[in-house]
Amino acid sequence: MSSFPSISALTLLPFAGGIAVLLLGRAGRSAARLTAGVFAVASLVLTLLLWRRFQPALPGMQFQEWHAWAPAFGLQYHVGLDGLSLLMLAVSSIVVLMSIAASWSNSKHGPAYLSLLLFLETGLFGTFTALNFLHWFLYWELSLIPAFFLIRIWGGSGRARAATQFFVYTMVGSITLLLAFLAIFLASGSFDFIELAQLAQTGQLAAAITQNLHWHQWDSGHITMVLFGGAFLGFAVKTPVVPFHGWLGSAYAEAAPETTMALTGALSKMGVYGFLRILLPIFPEQMWRARDVLLWLAVASIVLPAFTAWAQTDLRRMFAYSSINHLGYCILAIVAVAGSTGADASFVSAKAAALTGVMLQMFSHGITAATLFWFLALLERRSGGLLGLNDFGGLRRAMPVFSGLMGIALFASLGLPGLIGFPGEFLIFKGVFPLSWWAAALALIGLLMTAVFLLTVLQRVFSGPLRERWAGLQDLTLAERCMLAPAVALMFIVGLYPQLISGMLHGAVMQFVAQVRF
Amino acid sequence: MTGSSYLELLRLTAPEILVALTGFLVLVLDLTFLRRAALAFRFRTAIVVACIGCVLALLVLERGSAQGTLPAGMLVVNSLTQLIQMALLALAILVLLWAGGARFTTHVGEYCALILFATTAMMLLVSTQNLLVIFITIEFLSLSLYILTGFDKDSAQSAEAALKYFLFGGMSAGILLFGMSLLYGISGSIALQAIAAAVNASPGDPMLTLAMVMLLVGFGFKIAAAPFHMWAPEVYQGAPTASAALVASSSKVASFFALFLVFYLGLMPAAGSAAWGHSSAGWAPLIAILAVASMLWGNLAAIAQTSVRRVLAYSAIGHAGYMLIALVTHSPESLTALVYYVFTYALATVGAFGVLAALEEEKVDSIADFAGLGKRAPGLSFCLLIFLLSLAGIPPLAGFAGKFYVFVAALEIPDHFGLLWLVLLALVMSVVSFYYYLKILKQAYVSEPKPGAAVIRVPVATRVALWTAAALVVILGCLPDMLLNRIAAAVAGAFQ
Amino acid sequence: MLAWTIYLSFLGAVVVTFTPGKNPTIARVTALLTALAGLGIAIVAIMHADRSGQVITIVRTPWISRLGIEYHLAADGISLILVLLTGIAAVAGILFSWNVELRVKDFFALYLVLIGAVYGVFLSFDLFLLFVFYEIAIIPKYFLIAIWGSTRREYAAMKLVLYSFAGSALVLAGMIAAYCVAGQRSVSFEVLAHFPFPVHFQMWAFPMVFVGFAVLAGMWPFHTWAPTGHAAAPTAASMLLAGVVMKLGAYGCLRVAMMLFPRGLDPWGFRVLGFGSWQQVFAGLALIGIIYGATIALVQKDLKFVVGYSSVSHMGFVLLGLMTLNQIGLAGAVYQMFSHGIIAGLLFAVVGRMVYDRTHTRDLQELSRIPLGRLIPFAAVTFVLASMASIGLPGFSGFVAELQVLIGSWRSFPWLACIAGVGILIGIAFTWRALQATFLGEADTTAAPQQAMPPITLPERLGACLLLASTIVLGLYPRLLMDLILPSLNGPLFEQLRRGAWR
Repeated sequence: MSSFPSISALTLLPFAGGIAVLLLGRAGRSAARLTAGVFAVASLVLTLLLWRRFQPALPGMQFQEWHAWAPAFGLQYHVGLDGLSLLMLAVSSIVVLMSIAASWSNSKHGPAYLSLLLFLETGLFGTFTALNFLHWFLYWELSLIPAFFLIRIWGGSGRARAATQFFVYTMVGSITLLLAFLAIFLASGSFDFIELAQLAQTGQLAAAITQNLHWHQWDSGHITMVLFGGAFLGFAVKTPVVPFHGWLGSAYAEAAPETTMALTGALSKMGVYGFLRILLPIFPEQMWRARDVLLWLAVASIVLPAFTAWAQTDLRRMFAYSSINHLGYCILAIVAVAGSTGADASFVSAKAAALTGVMLQMFSHGITAATLFWFLALLERRSGGLLGLNDFGGLRRAMPVFSGLMGIALFASLGLPGLIGFPGEFLIFKGVFPLSWWAAALALIGLLMTAVFLLTVLQRVFSGPLRERWAGLQDLTLAERCMLAPAVALMFIVGLYPQLISGMLHGAVMQFVAQVRF
Repeated sequence: MTGSSYLELLRLTAPEILVALTGFLVLVLDLTFLRRAALAFRFRTAIVVACIGCVLALLVLERGSAQGTLPAGMLVVNSLTQLIQMALLALAILVLLWAGGARFTTHVGEYCALILFATTAMMLLVSTQNLLVIFITIEFLSLSLYILTGFDKDSAQSAEAALKYFLFGGMSAGILLFGMSLLYGISGSIALQAIAAAVNASPGDPMLTLAMVMLLVGFGFKIAAAPFHMWAPEVYQGAPTASAALVASSSKVASFFALFLVFYLGLMPAAGSAAWGHSSAGWAPLIAILAVASMLWGNLAAIAQTSVRRVLAYSAIGHAGYMLIALVTHSPESLTALVYYVFTYALATVGAFGVLAALEEEKVDSIADFAGLGKRAPGLSFCLLIFLLSLAGIPPLAGFAGKFYVFVAALEIPDHFGLLWLVLLALVMSVVSFYYYLKILKQAYVSEPKPGAAVIRVPVATRVALWTAAALVVILGCLPDMLLNRIAAAVAGAFQ
Repeated sequence: MLAWTIYLSFLGAVVVTFTPGKNPTIARVTALLTALAGLGIAIVAIMHADRSGQVITIVRTPWISRLGIEYHLAADGISLILVLLTGIAAVAGILFSWNVELRVKDFFALYLVLIGAVYGVFLSFDLFLLFVFYEIAIIPKYFLIAIWGSTRREYAAMKLVLYSFAGSALVLAGMIAAYCVAGQRSVSFEVLAHFPFPVHFQMWAFPMVFVGFAVLAGMWPFHTWAPTGHAAAPTAASMLLAGVVMKLGAYGCLRVAMMLFPRGLDPWGFRVLGFGSWQQVFAGLALIGIIYGATIALVQKDLKFVVGYSSVSHMGFVLLGLMTLNQIGLAGAVYQMFSHGIIAGLLFAVVGRMVYDRTHTRDLQELSRIPLGRLIPFAAVTFVLASMASIGLPGFSGFVAELQVLIGSWRSFPWLACIAGVGILIGIAFTWRALQATFLGEADTTAAPQQAMPPITLPERLGACLLLASTIVLGLYPRLLMDLILPSLNGPLFEQLRRGAWR
């Protein structure tokens, strides 16, 4: 294990890039975007290098770094990664690169925009690798700020309200999360995720809470439930889980589509990551106790947004709600895994399948959603700002390549076998059915509705009679095709050969399964 | 009664004689040789001669002139009285310098001579412990001061002030004398030590209470303590600047010291206590009442004034209140504190009046006239800043050290916090006083000068004197030990 | 060597007074060099200070031997931190006052005198000397506000000064009382901190001295001078007043009231209005200050008043932390003293110098019509970062401070910690509102086209960078200060406090 702080370097690389963009951006927009592109590519390359050096068979965290920060208060700088983190790093770096590429020819997105995007990437990298709550929380909050400004400054006409809503919802969730962890610190004296997970496993955390937190003579089970509630809220707002999703529709719709790529592709994963990294290991018993409520929430997050998406007339809002739906599957799987007891082999394999599915789905949704919004960005530029469902028609004839590629992305989002969306969803259902058949059955409705509205999009936008005004639309340029090609190719590759990703995840998945066995 | 030789008397009173002789000399000089000279020249000469005389007297005192006591306490010369006399002489020199620019009268010789005679009276007042001599010297002082106050024949204000001063003074002198005669009746002696012995025998005598009250009234007038302060605002405002300076500074020093001696030496057994919750009858609670009245009335009334001199007058009343706290405390420590306080207070006051004297030509009197002084006369304003802040009690200036020491002495007495209430009141009133001093400084530094106001020229001698006084205020504030130790040693020596 | 921070400042003031009036740049440069020298000395001292909580004696000579008063300068970790804060605030203040044109020499001379006096307070280890420096600081404050201030400056200056003086009068009373009771012929901290004052004496001496200092720290309900005073003061004075001078009060509360009279915090044994000890009373008042300050800031129309009231709210955290009487709360309070000093400086700098000097308005409505975000982006970014720091976002020093205070108060008064948390939320709200109005407002397109604003000058940039760097560095690496604070709190001077009232 080399002693080079790879993770810290990776995390700070985009930050340095952002500063560089600001400084070099004075020389002009092309200098700025070139710098941004270079740094984004560098981050991706570094991530892939880590991927190569990562050893999937080893349990536990790799590339760990420790630095004492404020030892008196149990604060250490502790970072590390396992398969899950690595996957998230990959998603983040790919999505941010895509977002920068999408803004390549958008003159409104100058140095300030690109640097904010890079700062966002740092926040993402930090969140996915931090293992001590305090600096994890720092990165969590720091990802909020660039996102807020990206929406606020480069958004559409309703951006002020959208940004404020985004800010307020996320802030409230963050505060409850902070308070919950402060209480845990007061009880256990530790902020470290790994340590807390171990304490929870052996039951020492519960004992510590009983001993140290005396609130009105509540019993420790109730106290821990309250703490779980606080932490849950933070992640539920971020994912989002119905009914805490109110901010998402406006935020995704008002932000520029290039921004939404990053929001939906990477930022939303922070929520699910939190479920896996924090909630599942530290509060397994609470998740089990609340399983019914959580299952209903998860099912609601799958079914309701799908219907809502179908009812929308703005393409952005449709895909926004579709996002909630896709991540709902992840939440369903996690909750189902946590909610079922039983250590026999079939359960274990079901849980493993579900969790693997979750991670694959995160990866797939990241790529797919980002690509979809990229297409929307391209469409918006050509249509002069219009993105209504019923504004178009017959685009297949005017822009065949565009329609073809976007069609692929839509089918991938649908979960067509052979494309990236299928393995994840399949594994999730495979895993959830044995664990909670009724939830899986209800979730199928969501799957159905997704198919319905995505096909509706295909039909209304691409098929049908071509309107006059769209007859002269320009198809994808060579540059755009080159930039989109890797994304689309990835959809095929991973769809046909998911072991590329899941091979790396095995160790992490088994670890999670083991942790849930309480 | 053993006779003492006149030689002894002359030896002991050498400084006073020197000053008196200088007074006569100035008078003679002015009335004979300088009759035809220009007014400015006459003033300058008279002042130079007077100053030389005072300096000589200072030197005599400094070189440790004779010390001794005459029978019946008629004359007591020890290191404490010598120290105070030196201070009085220094103040007199400053007052004389302020008189240098005066043009309100042609009777130069009389004016300077009167200043010197008043100084002589004060020097005699502080070196006696005999009731009769106290009265005589007080009258001597008062008469000189009345005349000095009314010296500006062209000003109705001056005449009014002098008349008010005289009427009040005469009345209170009468009361004082009556009180003194009562004391004689009780004790059969006019020497303070003997009176003390007699009072010790019968401290609860109602006649004694009456005597004490009358003494307080008489002295209260002299030190301008409320409610016997009515004359002060008029005199400070109406009298010529140098006269007002003398009234405000030296006469305060002498009167307070005399007051302290009378009550500390003569009436100690009847002191009583003014401690909160443990008060007992005696003169201490009476003086405490005077102190409270002075502090409240002086400071609160000063807020509403528009004339700088009246502000100084009311603040003098307030300061009399603080100084009376030292008297309520009645301990050797508090005497040291009182002497230090009154020295520094007098210095700051005389400095403030010096600034006013320098501005006399500008007809500056109301606070509004001070507008923009910081630009018109920066050095003068800075000196004014030092003097006023010292009066307000801001460290590291002398006024603060004085106040601090008075408060420490008040709280150091064995029953500790009996007088805390007085100290707290004094602190609160200090805050109030800060406000009105700051008002004046605000005009000087913050406000813009009136259009057409020119830069003020200050004669060199005045400037040097002012800067010296200001420097002294600062030094005494930063290094109070120098003077404090000397006073303490003198007090210890005087009362062992 | 630390004493030279004081002497150099006073010397600098004298030198500035004698620079030629025709060329104000010389005065400015002299002042800046003096402040930099002070800051340099402070940094060197911190680097060399050992972290064991020892008190470093700088000067100790008898002064008024009759009363046992000494000229005693010394520093422990807490003093060093506050000296550093003064240095940073001084330099930043001078940088942000580069454009003062009226009576330049007087301005910088008064400013340097104020700085020197503040250094003196933090370095004094003799109670009398501390008081002297405290009083010396009052006069420059008055003139700085009265001459160079803005809204109702004469009234605001007089109010501020009278409140300070009244507070100091209470302190003087307490000091004299302590001196007399101790009977030790000394007012040095070392002597008084170890002297066992009778408990009933401490019971009234403590609140008197605490309130005396708390007036200057802006404790509710004696805080009314603060918003008026800060809003009226010129930028550099506000930065110094809110940033450093309010900390004088808090420092006095800790160093004098709590260190010398710790038993005054003990429970009384009976309850009045639900309070059972001075600790609870002052914690309650601190909490009211937090909520009140934040709520009033939320409804202000004048931007500078928003910042002024936010200062009251943040100082409430300091006082709350002090009253928690446990190590983490006290450490948090000291940290917040430093952190808020920097952040207040930043906020006032942006509001006063960057915005007001250019727009000549502080009304939020009017500001929201000027597209400041586009015209002066540097100011916008600075204000955003300052706001993030102010609301306690992690990564900035405010987070570390407020976190510790909250943990500490949770241990002592759980409910108050919750309410304080609500205060933070209100803080987020009003900061948000101010940010929205000032920099994120929609330009009023119907109005006349904006003439270009004068660009942000180099001194402003330097000042902003200095302050931002301080708050970020200390947010990311709190050990720099914690290593100084904790040993001091564990040191011998606070022994009585620990034994007596530590919870």
